[in-house]
Amino acid sequence: MNPAEYDFIAARRRIEGKKKSAGEKLTSLDDAVARVRDGDQLSVGGCLFSRTPMALVREVLRHRRRALTLSRNLTCTEGEFLMAAGAVTRVVTAWMSIGLPWGVSKILRHYVESGAVALEEWSHLALGLRFRAGAMGVPFLPALTMLGSDLVGVGGLKTVQDPYTGETLAAVPALFPDVALLHVHRADRFGNCQIDGYPHMDADIARAATTVLVTTEEIVSEEETRRYPDRTVIPGFVVDALVLAPFGSFPHECYGLYEADYDHFAEYTAAIDARGPAAVGEYLERYVYGPPTWNDYLDLFGGERLARQAKRAAELTGASLGPPSVRAALA
Amino acid sequence: MTFNAAELLAVIAARQLRDDTTVFAGVGVPLLAAALAKRRHAPRLTMVIEGGIIGPEIAPGRLPVSTNEMRAGHRATMLPGITDAFLFAQRGFVDVGFMGGAQIDQYGNINTSVLGPDYWHPKVRLPGTGGANDIASLCREVIIVTPHEKRRFIERVDFVTSPAWLRGDGSRRAAGLLFGGVSRVVTTLGILGFDPDSKRMRIEATHPGVSADTLRLNTGFPLLDAPRIEVTEPPSDEELEMLRALDPERRFLG
Repeated sequence: MNPAEYDFIAARRRIEGKKKSAGEKLTSLDDAVARVRDGDQLSVGGCLFSRTPMALVREVLRHRRRALTLSRNLTCTEGEFLMAAGAVTRVVTAWMSIGLPWGVSKILRHYVESGAVALEEWSHLALGLRFRAGAMGVPFLPALTMLGSDLVGVGGLKTVQDPYTGETLAAVPALFPDVALLHVHRADRFGNCQIDGYPHMDADIARAATTVLVTTEEIVSEEETRRYPDRTVIPGFVVDALVLAPFGSFPHECYGLYEADYDHFAEYTAAIDARGPAAVGEYLERYVYGPPTWNDYLDLFGGERLARQAKRAAELTGASLGPPSVRAALA
Repeated sequence: MTFNAAELLAVIAARQLRDDTTVFAGVGVPLLAAALAKRRHAPRLTMVIEGGIIGPEIAPGRLPVSTNEMRAGHRATMLPGITDAFLFAQRGFVDVGFMGGAQIDQYGNINTSVLGPDYWHPKVRLPGTGGANDIASLCREVIIVTPHEKRRFIERVDFVTSPAWLRGDGSRRAAGLLFGGVSRVVTTLGILGFDPDSKRMRIEATHPGVSADTLRLNTGFPLLDAPRIEVTEPPSDEELEMLRALDPERRFLG
């Protein structure tokens, strides 16, 4: 663990010293991601293949950033891309692979077993509490988890004696990321963000981070935000840049809007099974470095596939059919 | 009705769950077992899923492959988020945690992190804890559900990802783990428990047609015997039919 990650005093000063604007946040992916520096501690919202900010991750890859630390609770294909591109040297996570049907990630194995990437493992709750401590501005939170296991020595978890009862508690250190990448269901142009379904840890990550970059499925009016302020989970003054990116998590899922594309995962892992880690390089050429815009990227999947995944999401959640762009196309 | 190993595991695991309780269940066989229990004998059982989901009703044929996707939260009653789902367990609201495991030792400790002696240069990197460490630390009781293979049941795990009784001798309590611990290990050969004093694994029950010696032969450390070794009831036709209806695609039932 890097001590800068839990330096709550420096983290507080960074927020104090930063513009906290209620003004316009809308910009392009290119402009948003220009705020990411080599060596940054980058936290990615969503979880596994749910609400991954794929458009932002793709843009970070296109900017050819290096020596990043990725922190994410359950790490999926986006982590494989960052490893294979040579963008990350360290990953802070509780778990990494895609999911049971696709087995243990061969990319995880390749880069971690060779020592090219250090994987610092924390328990799911402990990492969640690291973001929450960051969101609260405190250096650590007491907890009853992760004690006694060999995970303690991996990240350097310390214990603290409860001053009231004398019991031993885990002192889970805060994690203050340099940059948060998040994808949300809707936001107004001032960056007030609303999320449907699974909240994951995005609201904590947004408050813990110094710089917050957000993509959204839909831009709504300020009036819409003010009509449902209880739905806002990230206030505009926390957000540095906002980009409209329909299907911004695809081929991962976005709750109620589109289901993850299992077929795509199967094609991707079949290529890795056949050709090893080089297959990820080919994938990045085709899906990341090749298509210049997010819409060009989506065109590789095709409207029919996107509509199919939107229909499946609606069946599962009873939500209205797909992102606004799909609803408009069907109307 | 004949049945395969995954079906046997799911049915026996389901029987461990009582009505009016809560269970933290991972995807795969544990989730199927919890869903079967709820449909068959525990209608007031609540499932908690680590993706931040309380009270889902799994849609047959649309089984989730991860704990964080829409399928896992079908018709849920609450989506509190991941951190808060675990905090319900830390508060004591979760009775049973269902877990699998790559390697398990004689004290019930589980390794799902690395194979080999050096964490930073592993022979094999496994996916990691996910929520398993938290389930093992925070639930009132943990039940491990796993195929019984000698390569899984080893005297000492390379790495303790999820703590059970650590090294016996009150070491769990001494580490600050005040609550819970592994009570049973449901396998394809029988049900294992732990000696109340030494916390070493012991045979509690064998499945029909399986001898205690078969369990020993498939275990990489000496197993103790419970005072009385039971024989489990084989899965009934009713249990198998209900279970198969949950996974018509045979995604997890093989």
